[in-house]
Order: sequence, then C-alpha cells, then structure tokens
Amino acid sequence: MSRKQIVILGGGTGGTMVANRLRRRFDLDAAEIHVVDRDDRHVYQPGLLFVPFGLAHVEEIVRPRRRQLRSGVVFHENEVAEARIARDEVLLEDGTVLPYDALVVASGVRLQPEETEGMTGPGWNERVFTFYDAEGADALHGALERFDGGRLVVNIADMPIKCPVAPIEFAFLADWYLRERGVRARSEVVLATPLDGCFTKPIASEHLTYLLGEKEIELVTEFSAGEIDGVNGKLVSYDGREVDFDLLVTVPVHSGAAYVERSPGLGDALGFVPTDKHTLQTPAKANVFALGDATDLPTSKAGSVTHFEAEVLTENIARYFADEELEAGYDGHANCFIETGFHKALLIDFNYETEPLPGHFPTPIGLPLLRESRLNHLGKLLFQPIYWHVLLPGRDLPGLGSAMPTAGKKRTLSTPAQGARR
Amino acid sequence: MTITLIADAPVDVDTEGFLTNSEQWNEQIAEAIAKANGIAELTDRHWLVVRFMRDRYLTTGSAPSIRSLGKESGVPVKELYQLFPKGPAKLAAKIGGIPKPKGCI
Ligand SMILES: Cc1cc2nc3c(=O)[nH]c(=O)nc-3n(C[C@H](O)[C@H](O)[C@H](O)COP(=O)(O)OP(=O)(O)OC[C@H]3O[C@@H](n4cnc5c(N)ncnc54)[C@H](O)[C@@H]3O)c2cc1C
Repeated sequence: MSRKQIVILGGGTGGTMVANRLRRRFDLDAAEIHVVDRDDRHVYQPGLLFVPFGLAHVEEIVRPRRRQLRSGVVFHENEVAEARIARDEVLLEDGTVLPYDALVVASGVRLQPEETEGMTGPGWNERVFTFYDAEGADALHGALERFDGGRLVVNIADMPIKCPVAPIEFAFLADWYLRERGVRARSEVVLATPLDGCFTKPIASEHLTYLLGEKEIELVTEFSAGEIDGVNGKLVSYDGREVDFDLLVTVPVHSGAAYVERSPGLGDALGFVPTDKHTLQTPAKANVFALGDATDLPTSKAGSVTHFEAEVLTENIARYFADEELEAGYDGHANCFIETGFHKALLIDFNYETEPLPGHFPTPIGLPLLRESRLNHLGKLLFQPIYWHVLLPGRDLPGLGSAMPTAGKKRTLSTPAQGARR
Repeated sequence: MTITLIADAPVDVDTEGFLTNSEQWNEQIAEAIAKANGIAELTDRHWLVVRFMRDRYLTTGSAPSIRSLGKESGVPVKELYQLFPKGPAKLAAKIGGIPKPKGCI
C-alpha cells in the first residue's frame, strides 16, 4: 500500500477524534493525516450553556486545537475555500492545494443570525443574544446579571440545530438562576419553538413538557420566527403571532459550512452533506466521508453522536483503503445529559429506531434515564475532563461504544442490525 | 391506518389525514384536501409548491423542510406562510398526497 493522504476538514469534536483514531490506526509511513481549521481555539461547546449563568468562564472551556491532535497529524490553520471532489483535492484560502486519497468532512454548522429578519439589527447583543458561540455566551452573561425581572424568551429560530436539548436546558437553568437571585417572582420564562412539542422525540418531549410546567415555564409551539424587533422587544412568527420579550435568547438558523455550497456535488440546499446513515460514506464519491453536525443524518446533531460516528468512520476509512466492504455500523446512537437546574440533570439515550426510554444506562444499575437526578448532573460535569482526556484522544470509554445499549431500558423496542462489532 | 373517501376515491390515510400511498393521489384529491384545510382555491403558486414537494418526495424519499422549500422552490418563506397558513411544509405535503414530513431530530 502506498502512503495514503487523508484530509480532514474541521478540527472540532469530530475532526479531532477521527484524526487521532486514524493516527493510531496507521503507521506514519502508511498514511499522512492533515486537519484544516480556520482557528486554533477548540471550544468545549457543552460548556457554553453554563457561561451565561456564571457557572463557567470562556477561558475554562477553550483549548488550542493543535494540542488536542496526536503528534504526526499535520494541522493547517486556514479557511477551507472549496472541496474539489471530482479532482480529489481541497483548496484552502491561502491558495494551498491538498490532494487526498480520502476526505473527511467534519466542518460542523454555521450560525446564520442574519437569516432572520431583524435579528442582527438594533438590539443585537443588547437585548437579543445567543449562547451558541463563545462571544454570545459571554455577552449574555452580562445581560443576565443586569436582568432585574421581565419576560425572558428563549427561541429556536428554525430546525435543525445542534444539541436540540440545549435551549430547554437554558430555560431550566434560567428558572433556577432567577430564583437564586430572587427575581423569579417578577419574571416570566418562555420557550418558543418551531416544533409541535418542546423536543423532537415524543416520549422524552412529554417528560420535558411536564418539567417545564412544574417550573412554570411557558411553552409556545409551532412558532416559526419570521422577524425580530429588538427595539420594541417583539418576536413575530411567519403566521403573524407575536411574543413580547425584555430579553431574547435565540438559537439562530443553522446551515452547513459555506465552502460546502461552493463545492459542486457535495451538499444539499442548506449546506449539509448527504451521508449514508450506517457507513458514513457520502453518495458524492466513494472516498468522501462525513460525520458530526455537517451531515444530513436523521439523528441529533450532538457531540455524543459525533463520537459514536468517529469510531465507525475510522474503521470504514481503513476498509476503504483495504478494498473491503464497509461496516454499516452506525445505528443513530445519541446520548444526552439534560441539565434541569438545582444541581440535577436527566439523561436520554436513543438511536434511529428506538426513542428515548425510561430505565437505566448503560445497564440496569447505571444512571437513571429520563428522570431528574443529582448523579446525572455530576455526569454532565464530569463530561468536560472526559471530553479532553478520553474522547478527543480517541480512546474507548468502557460501556460507551457506538451501538446503543438496551440492557437497562424499560421497554425495548426494535433495535436495528448492529453489524459485526469488534 | 384507515381507508377514507376523498373526492369520491378511496385512499389510505394516517391518523392526521396524510395519504400513506402517494400513488392514490390525483388533482381532485388535492383540491378536496385543500378545501377541507381552509384553502378555497389552489392557485398556480400553490400548485408550484405542491408539485415541488411531491416531486422531491418521489425522487428522494423525503420532503424538504420549509427553509429548503423557500430556497429551492422559488417561493419565499413569507409567501409560503401566506399560501399555506400555519405549517406550509405539512399542509403542502398533505395536499400533495405524500406522508407527513418527518421534521427534525
Ligand atoms: C450550547 C451548546 C451545548 C451543547 N451541548 C452538548 C451536550 O451537552 N452534549 C452533546 O453531545 N453535544 C452538545 N453540543 C453539540 C456538540 O458541541 C456538537 O454537536 C459537536 O461539537 C459537533 O462536532 P463537529 O465536529 O461536527 O463540529 P464542531 O466541533 O463544531 O467542529 C467544526 C469545525 O469546523 C471548522 N470549520 C468550519 N468551516 C470551516 C472552514 N471553511 N474552514 C476551516 N475550518 C472550518 C470550525 O472552525 C470548527 O472548529 C452542544 C452545542 C452547543 C452549541
């Protein structure tokens, strides 16, 4: 086998995990591995949820990207300009051309606040904020500290978004935060979503809606934000409904990376990359693979998903090089802690076929599923060191393989064929 | 799944009234579903959207979201809401005789 060139676009969660797994898998003279990212700041994104409440600071959740990559991985700090899949090469903004034998698309999503009328107009970062990036989360921290009662509205502009539970968690934490500060009695907390419930999966949605009610958080459903008036504090839906706010916390429209749209044959209308549900190869070309938020897969856009995918994708690149049949090993497995405030959290675990169920994870004596507990909150906090030290380096976590476990679940529905796991 | 009569034709529908077999669809059925959902008459603009949704579903196996519908059909999202009040993607799918869009996860 001649020395293979592997190019990975994006050095975030997925790109880093795949680079490190591939580096361990192939000797230095068997493969050269390149990672491209526009900056050298790797953000632990789940930490962004805590920044607005002063529970984490931005510096604590950011580390240099380079340092998360194993030695022998070449890092390019540069903007991807175009993937020329017909010619098996990538063009970077500074003119560098990287030819490849296999390409991995791991460029996540792009936030597009400017897609919603008025969002970035007057009031942006004064009365209208997002916590989906580090700057926004930091600015929102200041605004929450100054918030002295009134209507706090959390809005999802449009689906899909990464971590679809994060806005619900934000509402739960806001309730807790305002109570701690003694201003909850003169505040209203509202969650406005384009979905027909608070979450995408019916059983979990029911549990979460119950919790929202208990915490007196108003839920507005099927609300597609068409326009934001940051001066008068009005959020207006496309069908003309209005929600007033004093402080708006918005999750802006998500699209795929801009270069995807400039790369013929790679993405769909929204810049997401059509990807095989089980093998993570793209229909665009046999040597192009994708994972994480950048794909169009029908599962949550989440770090846990990206982690499970990284395992399958690494295996499949090795098989592709060896001319073997790809492993249809990814089952849509997702696993999310949902912070509910007051030092509690709940845990959900699901895949393409099975929706989140009650029970315990990963076995009958594990963490409680779909139920608030302190143990889950500790689990959520523990995740940051695990992320930096176990998941990014590409080590396997016992009990957390890519296939969804069913042992502790209360009602086991059908599970798809999980392929031959090693 | 139940069988019901729409525009004198027996069709299979789910609990929310979406056709489950897109081959049973025809234009009279589309008009009848539109009327039952508060759209008195299907204009050319309605048809453009309905046909786009249907073609997309038949060729790719899934219907587009509102945002990609707005980007690709040439009918802006704002107008989609005027044509199909409340949920354009859902209502256009219903009228076009294709299953309810899966939405997002
Ligand atoms: C507030 C918040 C809370 C979250 N909480 C959780 C949670 O509790 N649990 C969980 O599992 N997940 C959570 N997530 C989601 C999780 O962070 C993402 O799903 C995960 O990081 C996706 O990994 P990725 O590799 O696909 O994308 P990313 O990690 O975002 O990486 C994409 C990379 O590509 C780079 N890039 C893009 N375009 C270009 C270009 N043109 N040129 C160069 N570089 C480019 C970007 O700079 C970026 O570094 C949360 C996300 C947010 C925002």
